[in-house]
Amino acid sequence: MTDKHSLITIETPRSPVAAEICLKYGNRPEALLEILHDIQAKLHHVPESALPIIAEALNLSRAEVYGVVTFYHDYHLKPQGKHTIKICRAEACQSAGGMGVIAALEKALNIKLGETTADGNITLEAVYCLGLCPMGPAALIDGKPKAALKANNVNDLVKELA
Amino acid sequence: MMVKVFVPRDMLAIALGADEVVDAIAKEAAAQNISVQIIRNSSRGLAWLEPFVEVETPQGRMGYGGVKVADVPSLFAADFLNGGKHKLGQGLVEEIPYLKNQERLTFVRAGITDPVSIEDYLAHGGFAGLKKALAMNGAEVVKEVTDSGLRGRGGAGFPTGIKWKTVLDAKAEQKYICCNADEGDSGTFADRMVMEGDPFMLIEGMTIAGLAVGASKGFIYVRSEYPYAIDTLKEAIAIAVASKWLGENIQHTDKSFTLEVRRGGGAYICGEETSMLESLEGKRGIVRAKPPIPALEGLFGKPTVINNVLSFCAVPFILAKGSKAYADFGMGRSRGTMPFQLGGNLEQGGIVEKAFGITLRELIYDFGGGPYMGKPLRAVQVGGPLGAYLTAAELDYKMDYETLAAHGAMLGHGGIVVFDTTVDMAKQARFAMEFCAIESCGKCTPCRIGSTRGVEVIDKIVAGQDRAANAILLEDLCVTMTDGSLCAMGGLTPMPVMSALSKFPEDFGLPKDKKLAAE
Repeated sequence: MTDKHSLITIETPRSPVAAEICLKYGNRPEALLEILHDIQAKLHHVPESALPIIAEALNLSRAEVYGVVTFYHDYHLKPQGKHTIKICRAEACQSAGGMGVIAALEKALNIKLGETTADGNITLEAVYCLGLCPMGPAALIDGKPKAALKANNVNDLVKELA
Repeated sequence: MMVKVFVPRDMLAIALGADEVVDAIAKEAAAQNISVQIIRNSSRGLAWLEPFVEVETPQGRMGYGGVKVADVPSLFAADFLNGGKHKLGQGLVEEIPYLKNQERLTFVRAGITDPVSIEDYLAHGGFAGLKKALAMNGAEVVKEVTDSGLRGRGGAGFPTGIKWKTVLDAKAEQKYICCNADEGDSGTFADRMVMEGDPFMLIEGMTIAGLAVGASKGFIYVRSEYPYAIDTLKEAIAIAVASKWLGENIQHTDKSFTLEVRRGGGAYICGEETSMLESLEGKRGIVRAKPPIPALEGLFGKPTVINNVLSFCAVPFILAKGSKAYADFGMGRSRGTMPFQLGGNLEQGGIVEKAFGITLRELIYDFGGGPYMGKPLRAVQVGGPLGAYLTAAELDYKMDYETLAAHGAMLGHGGIVVFDTTVDMAKQARFAMEFCAIESCGKCTPCRIGSTRGVEVIDKIVAGQDRAANAILLEDLCVTMTDGSLCAMGGLTPMPVMSALSKFPEDFGLPKDKKLAAE
């Protein structure tokens, strides 16, 4: 083990955002998921530099915080795009042509699922069910739901985010 | 007189343009100098007709389905505010057969009320169950729930009353009520619709549970994919507290119960109850070994009632109308009603709440109208991504826990996903294994490694590599996963895989009459 992680602690300026958000939740360790959601929403990722600050505030080990950040699909250590398209990949959407919509989106954005466009504008993420199953394929675009998507009009969706 | 127009605030309605339709109606009304009151109601669950606009008339509410912004001027021209004829017209909403032929107990207020109006909730029978529970002791409430025959709607079907009794009898300073609203199964959306459409019913059900077992605090664990449900619940909780239906000294009695909403982190496994508890404690959602059962050592090690949204939502009716009224619905050991969820490749998807015992064919054809464009049905997955695939020859099964189990399938949370003839069942089997690999918590080996090996073996079978031998290997692997996994994730993933392999061998390049070793 190198001391890469301790270097991060020493050399990275304290993230005021992380400390503030921890305090908002009373520095309670059971609020870790909520804290990470807030940081992710504000910074479009959970920077590694925030981990020691969260650990200290909640009286957890850095390993525990790192474990939680990497366990859940909602949190990302690397910056995500300004916009996020969460497209459903689950069975009900598959039965309505969802895989075709995903392929069309990958083509239009020139990225694969889980990637961000080179200009940092859009991240394309897979999601497993949004509960819009009777009218698939469905997606959540910057938190706003879309249903009954068609492979031949994903370009309009992408243009709206450009 | 001000005309009342209803446009749902349900996430699916919004996904299909409800917000824009509201704006267009308001704008057009203003331009024509007509005064309308637009109410954002809950959804009726007629998904294919969303956004479903309703207008109050002296005869009753008139419905207009699939309304788009571009339709708004013609609706005004057709005098829809007085129930005028229009190509999108559905007539009197209460008379629509899809609705009329249901037995709605949980979805009784769906589409009728404003989800966050506590006055609406009270006017439509809300809190009648809690009022009764406030005058009873815990054991009496538990007995009422036990007598109703209610079984957990999350999937496992465990008797709710027995679970509650275990927590009631446990001695502890602090007990908890946890609502599992991590509705991750593809093809299920009843929890979402209840939370968005009738949040006070969930609050009432959980509060009754708290009174019954002596728990003063509850949590609702909602998946982050449901942002509208989260916001609606938070709003409803604040309103319920302000009007003394929740919080300290409920309705000025000495009884108290507080509720908190928690967001999940996008992990399917957190729908497994022990994994959800870990997540509620702020940890990775790693499954716990049982025993101890959560009823004795649950959240923060305290006795905890964990139930699904629909289980809690059945409780207000049971208390208000009595256990017998509930148990009068259903068949065999499956009592009451189930909000079935029709999704996937269907003309008329949506919520169909019926007593247990309706057949799959009635649900898919009489209600659902069959696959899109009249195409033939090839497969149906019942009970989410861990449920078995059924063939077109198996549609006469009655929908209840025991009948489906007897046929190697499961009811789960009541989700039904229909596939037409374009489906490739080898791809579906591969997806089941892939999904398990992505979502496994990693604690036990059969699930963590078995799922990845499963994807590889299916790839080999499809590629024509030692097909017969690899099919046997896949069966072996599935037996190991079924018998050796710690929870239902690894334990049930073989269900869709093996049902696809045994019922649709031709999609794997195997002969149709192949006898499976596992059978």
